[in-house]
Amino acid sequence: MAQFLSSSIGKKFLMSLSGLFLLVFMLVHLTVNSMILFDSSGELFNRAAHFMASNPIIRIVEPVLAIGFILHILYAVILTIHSLYTRPVGYKKQKLGHSSTWSSRNMFILGLAILTFLVIHIANFFWKIKFTGHDLLADVTIHGVHMENSYALVTTFFIDWWWIVGVYVIGSIALGLHLYHSIWSAFQTLGWSNGIWRRRLNLVGLLASLVIAGGFALIPLWVKISTLL
Amino acid sequence: MDLTLKVWRQENSKAKGNFESYQIKNISPDSSFLEMIDALSEQLINEGKEPVAFDHDCREGICGMCSLFINGRAHGPDEEITTCQLHMRKFKDGDTIVIEPWRAAGFPVIKDLMVERDAFDKILQAGGFISVNTGSAQEANAIPIPQHKAEESMDGASCIGCGACVATCKNSSAMLFVASKVSQLALLPQGKPEAVRRAKAMVAKMDELGFGHCTNTGACEVECPKGVSLDHIARLNREFLAANLKF
Repeated sequence: MAQFLSSSIGKKFLMSLSGLFLLVFMLVHLTVNSMILFDSSGELFNRAAHFMASNPIIRIVEPVLAIGFILHILYAVILTIHSLYTRPVGYKKQKLGHSSTWSSRNMFILGLAILTFLVIHIANFFWKIKFTGHDLLADVTIHGVHMENSYALVTTFFIDWWWIVGVYVIGSIALGLHLYHSIWSAFQTLGWSNGIWRRRLNLVGLLASLVIAGGFALIPLWVKISTLL
Repeated sequence: MDLTLKVWRQENSKAKGNFESYQIKNISPDSSFLEMIDALSEQLINEGKEPVAFDHDCREGICGMCSLFINGRAHGPDEEITTCQLHMRKFKDGDTIVIEPWRAAGFPVIKDLMVERDAFDKILQAGGFISVNTGSAQEANAIPIPQHKAEESMDGASCIGCGACVATCKNSSAMLFVASKVSQLALLPQGKPEAVRRAKAMVAKMDELGFGHCTNTGACEVECPKGVSLDHIARLNREFLAANLKF
């Protein structure tokens, strides 16, 4: 197995598996976030956030998620550095746009953009909720259960600063472009593709990237715009 | 047609090369790209200069010997053909054409536009033999093979090993070449007994010779003169995983 994991295909295999795992996380995350859209009192989102924070299964999955992120980033760096040595002399003229999509050629750049966004995002919310706390998180009681007012923290943040909404929209677009190439690509690397399934998986990739990127971009925009109406 | 050519000139594998500009006149739009380079070489010889070195052999699009990165694309601005099958009618009078050798760590330049593609032979050698009986030809229907498998195998076998996939790939990956060679044998009963060893050995050799990893951009498939499909890469990934799961 060590031989497998040290080969170029093996490294890509780990990229695919960790990437698909992160995709599942994205879907769960988006589902919880979408509660913001459906209840402006914040009760629905606070209950969902509290459920996620107190659920023992999620507690176990959290470190696995961190490992997923680390593996995905680590192998992206290893493979990208290696590819710098595979063409010592470059071309004077190269028409890459004819044969491949921009996002497929710039997965590492898009990944860096997503990583930058992730650091900002964790500092904005996760870090405050999990570790440092915040005045806006003061306890609320819903159906007799005490919980943090995550809804107040999230919405106040977007309402107060337009540029933060911009950062989240840009982050969502980078994520969408990354996913647009990666979903079929992950299955291709795992060997789960052929003439028929390639078209299907590409369609799934397009739809999933539109739903995920669109969903994540819509939430801050919705919060901000609904206060202006 | 009158053309300006920017051609990569390099004395030998150790020398530092550079682009030279040449003016060439009265080229027939019906001549092939290689005939146009022949005319350039003729012109250079008459001027007492060194002609341009480039790879070519059959000039029928089947041997895989010709290469050239023309105006930013492997085998030039036409679909599913080799450079020898590219015709000058694909260009316009007065055009500037940039002609470069394949660029990859696995394909070092020997001279001018010629590159060493021994790496592909080494990968094939690593794949080793398949068990077939020698002697007189076997009765045709002794080993039944489904039609679609035979077709897919032939699609893989249509690879002529020109290296356009490596030249085009942003990671200089040889995956499409290796995939086509693994596929053509993996699909047939004759290739089965050695499938595990073959997939492992060929991938190991490909990595060893300095080719990059596959990021599934699909550029290789578009520029492949034989239209070898990315689906063969998915099959190679399956074969390689399966080979590593067997002990």
